[in-house]
Amino acid sequence: MSGRLEATFQRLRDKKEKALIAYLMAGDPGLVETEQLVVALEQAGADIIELGVPFSDPIADGPVIQQAAERGLKSGTTLRKILASVTSLRKRTNIPIVLMLYYNSIHAMGCEQFCKAASTAGVDGLIVPDMPPDEAGPLKGPADAASLPLIFLLAPTSTPSRRKLVAEESHGFVYYVSLTGITGAKLSNVTDIQQNVKKLKKVSTSPVAVGFGVATPEDAAQVSKMADGVIVGSAIVKRIASHQQDPAMVSHVAEFVRSLKSAMVPA
Amino acid sequence: MPHLPDTHGRFGPYGGRYVPETLMPALLELEEEYAKARKDRRFKTDLAYYLKEYVGRPTSLYRADRLTRKLGGAKVYLKREDLCHTGAHKINNAIGQVLLAMRMKKRRIIAETGAGQHGVATATAAAMFGLDCEVYMGTEDMQRQALNVFRMRLLGAKVTGVDAGSRTLKDAISEAMRDWTTNVRTTHYILGSVLGAHPYPMMIRDFQAIIGKEARKQILAAEGKLPDYLVACVGGGSNSIGLFHAFLGDRKVKMIGVEAGGSGIVSGKHAARFSGGKPGVLQGTMTYLLQDDNGQINLTHSVSAGLDYAAVGPEHSLYHDQGRIEYTYATDTEAMAAFDLLARQEGIVPALESAHAIAHVVKLAPKLKKSQVIIANLSGRGDKDVQQVARMRGVEL
Repeated sequence: MSGRLEATFQRLRDKKEKALIAYLMAGDPGLVETEQLVVALEQAGADIIELGVPFSDPIADGPVIQQAAERGLKSGTTLRKILASVTSLRKRTNIPIVLMLYYNSIHAMGCEQFCKAASTAGVDGLIVPDMPPDEAGPLKGPADAASLPLIFLLAPTSTPSRRKLVAEESHGFVYYVSLTGITGAKLSNVTDIQQNVKKLKKVSTSPVAVGFGVATPEDAAQVSKMADGVIVGSAIVKRIASHQQDPAMVSHVAEFVRSLKSAMVPA
Repeated sequence: MPHLPDTHGRFGPYGGRYVPETLMPALLELEEEYAKARKDRRFKTDLAYYLKEYVGRPTSLYRADRLTRKLGGAKVYLKREDLCHTGAHKINNAIGQVLLAMRMKKRRIIAETGAGQHGVATATAAAMFGLDCEVYMGTEDMQRQALNVFRMRLLGAKVTGVDAGSRTLKDAISEAMRDWTTNVRTTHYILGSVLGAHPYPMMIRDFQAIIGKEARKQILAAEGKLPDYLVACVGGGSNSIGLFHAFLGDRKVKMIGVEAGGSGIVSGKHAARFSGGKPGVLQGTMTYLLQDDNGQINLTHSVSAGLDYAAVGPEHSLYHDQGRIEYTYATDTEAMAAFDLLARQEGIVPALESAHAIAHVVKLAPKLKKSQVIIANLSGRGDKDVQQVARMRGVEL
């Protein structure tokens, strides 16, 4: 399985730290900026980058990520161009990069060709939000062959049998969705998250990261006490959106990520 | 004919359940509850009662003599789904699913709508059973189908405009799926066509299959033989699979699904998935889609909001590949001509969706012998389209 992803979680465990997983929509506002952001966010304390592939019909995403996908598509971003960006980033950084993409993007390229290309480019894992383990059959073989972990999501609505299925099938980490809803909703019911993550950790050998609704350093601090990783998406993307025309966009976003990470590191 | 779909919700390579994990438990619950309901005498009795006394079934199979004479070929029958309460076949499914929602103790109903017929049917069924109802509709469609928006509101439903993407049916479905993901514990999503994740394509087909079951009996009574052709329009494909399903085992019955040809295939402005699409995954299911080489979903176009969608029901994709059903298209212009023709020849104003089926009958019937029989599904009436057609013709109402 992925060396970089596993090594990152191990290194953090040794330091008793939790992983900050920062989401970026590739190509928003352009791939040049995306590459700059990856490098800057790593320096600001992000441990893992989740790179969204823009899709025309993102059913699991709220308005913030939807609009980012529209901007990404408008800037001419394609999966092939994103993989070329990852290849170029690999000359500059070793930060684990997982792709978050809808199944049709993979299907259009072909599972085998996609997995080979992603692995060669230096991608460390795949999150496919509209592909539950039940439908992963055709992707699993090619992903395994290319040493690309498939990261599955678990939800508050998941039953014990689904929890077990997701824990077994998920590699790299398990993505726990903190709320019944779409990305960018408001974090709620922290006790529920805590209980569900605890149950998940009992059946999962992989680290557990929590996402959806983590928007502030306070949220990040709270969630990092319960899980191995914290995923922040819409809150970052919103800052990219509001600084589109600003030459200091990258440093603004990096500053926000720094504040998230420092809230997660115990004083 | 093997029993389809299989236990994974597959029609051959098509179908499945491509949804966020949050929805998986709800889909599994729905599948289980539907399997129980199907065998439950009480559920079947209730459904049969409402379909007869509330919807007005069976709908008639009407011999369209003047149209037949005008076309000068095969004898044309119309399956009159336009006579259903609320004006289209959509109510068959809405009643079935509302009864299911009540069994699952879900008191809030959501739906998407394109032409507004499914939204009206759902709002109607929800009102009759006293459930809360919210309908998502693209803002482009709200403009095209303003009358149905007002009807839904009269029925007590909340109509929420969706201002994303092409602002049509596809975007309304995405928004309804997002709502369902958020409120899944209290809410049942009544999808309107044989689309989306398993068990929807199977369940909706079953609720609509009554169309073909009735038509089969009616034509045998009227003609003493099975029809030579069945013709129906295909948006998601619920009225067509509803008519076709009972005849799938009748090898000699030819079936034709008519997609929206819009401004023509070459123009790229159409919704003819089998003429310009290829398999992929959209909104929960693997099926034929209009998409580009990178898998991005193309914008579609049709004069008819109910056919203006980038994907087709997965079961249709299988029958397409097998050659069991032939798929063709009618352009906006052909559909409009058929709309006028049926109004003048038979005194029936068809829905613009159903006018696509009639447009194909216009092409097909003259080529057939007088002894041959066509059944066309008149899936809905055109009252909802009168305003739009007037606007297109520059008539101020």
